[in-house]
Amino acid sequence: MIRVVLPPHLRNLAQVSGEVLIELTGPVTQRLVLDAIEERYPMLEGTMRDRRTGRRRALVRFFACEEDLSNEEPDAPLPDRVATGEEPFLVVGAMAGG
Amino acid sequence: MSRVRLLVGTRKGAFILTADATRRDWQVSGPHFGGWEIYHVNGSPVEPDRLYASQTSGWFGQVIQRSDDGGTTWRPVGNDFGYEEPVGEHLWYDGTPRPWEFKRIWHLEPSRTDPDTVYAGGEDAALYRSTDGGQKWSELTALRTHETGPRWQPGAGGMCLHTIILDPVDADRIFVAISAAGAFRTDDGGASWLPINRGLRSGEIPDTDSEVGHCVHRLAMHPSRPDVLFMQKHWDVMRTDDAGGQWREISGNLPTDFGFPIAVHAHEPETVYVVPITSDSEHYVPDGKLRVYRSRTGGDEWEPLTAGLPQQHCYVNVLRDAMAVDTLDDCGIYFGTSGGQVYGSADGGDTWTAIVRDLPAVLSVEAQVLP
Repeated sequence: MIRVVLPPHLRNLAQVSGEVLIELTGPVTQRLVLDAIEERYPMLEGTMRDRRTGRRRALVRFFACEEDLSNEEPDAPLPDRVATGEEPFLVVGAMAGG
Repeated sequence: MSRVRLLVGTRKGAFILTADATRRDWQVSGPHFGGWEIYHVNGSPVEPDRLYASQTSGWFGQVIQRSDDGGTTWRPVGNDFGYEEPVGEHLWYDGTPRPWEFKRIWHLEPSRTDPDTVYAGGEDAALYRSTDGGQKWSELTALRTHETGPRWQPGAGGMCLHTIILDPVDADRIFVAISAAGAFRTDDGGASWLPINRGLRSGEIPDTDSEVGHCVHRLAMHPSRPDVLFMQKHWDVMRTDDAGGQWREISGNLPTDFGFPIAVHAHEPETVYVVPITSDSEHYVPDGKLRVYRSRTGGDEWEPLTAGLPQQHCYVNVLRDAMAVDTLDDCGIYFGTSGGQVYGSADGGDTWTAIVRDLPAVLSVEAQVLP
C-alpha cells in the first residue's frame, strides 16, 4: 500500500482527510502514483500536473524520505520505502512568503 | 417577499450575503473554498440556484465549482481549459511573441435561457463555453485567432477576458472585453469577431486610436437597450449608441476618469455608476474619500454619492467585476473593495451601508433577486 499525503487545499477539494492509500501493481513511479490519485479523485486533475503537458505545476513539490523528488523523471522508480508504504509520498504546495 | 443574494468572490474564498427585500439585515455565509482566490461567482438568470464559481490558485490551478442549491453545497466540475492547436502567439510585455498559456478564469456568464450553458472568460484571453453545466468546456477559437491576436498584449493584471455580455435580444450577438486588447463583438454566435474600439483613445499605446490594444476595464449594458454600451476604460468613461460602432467620451465632470467597474441602474437605462480611482499609478479612491459617481443623463454629468461611505482616510480600490445592481423596484447597488468591505444601497445609491467590513480583498460581486 502506498501512502500519499496531499496538501490541505487538495484534501478539501477531494474531500478526503488524512493520508490517501493507493495500491499499484508493478513499478511505483511518480507518474503512476499521480495517475492513480487522479483516477480516484478526478477533481484533482490539473491541480498537481498540467493537464496538457503532464508536467508538474510550478508551485507543486513532491517529497519523500526527506528528499525533494520534484525534478526527478516522472517514470523513475520512487524509493523502496515509498513503494512498501514505510514512508509517505508528499505532495506539497511550495513555500511562498509575503 | 423577494430576497436578495449577493455572490462575493474574494482573494481568500467566496461569501454569500442574503437579505429580504428591505435589504437591511444581511446573513453572511462563508468562506466557501477558503484560501482560494475566487475570481467570480455568478448565477443562472433562469435558474437562480444554479451557481458557478471560478476557484483558482497560483499553486493548484483552475477549478470550476457548481452549486444547484444556491450555494449551500458545491461540487467541482470541469477544469480542462486549453487552446486549440495550433496555439499561436501573442505579444509579451517585452514585445516578443509568446505562446498563449492558460492561467485562470476571470468571469463566468451563464446563458440567459439555459442553466446548463455558461461562458467563461480566460487569461490568456480566450472565450470558452460549456453546454453541460460546466463539465466540458470548448473554446470559441475565432476570437483568440482573430487576425489582430498576435498583437494583443497583457495589461499589468494579465491578458484577461473579463467582460462577457450576452445580447438580451439577439442570441447570436456577444460582447467581450479584454485587457489590453479592447472590446469585440460577434454577430454570429462566435464564428467571427469584430473589434469595436473606434473612438477610443489611449495614451498608453503608441497609436492612440489603434484598432486594438486598448485597456478596456469593463462594459455595461441595460437589457432594454442592447445597442447602448457603457465602458470604463483604463482612463476615460465611454459610451456607444450603436453596439460599438463608435464610442464617445462621457467622463464629463468626474474628478478622475480612471477606474474599473461600471454599472447601469436596473430600471433607468440612462443612470450609470462608476467609482473613480486616483490614477493608473495610485489605485485608490481620490482624496481619501470613497465616492460612487452617478449620472442620470447617460454620462457627462456626474454627481458624487457619499452618504454612508467613508469620507476620510480611505484608500481602497474597487475592481472591475466588483459592482452589481439588483432588480428590485427600488434598485439596489452593491460594490466590494480591496479592503474587504461590501457596501450596499437600497435606494439607487442615495445612501449606503456596509454589509460586511472585514472580508478578504473583494474581487467580484453579483446580485440576484430570488422569489
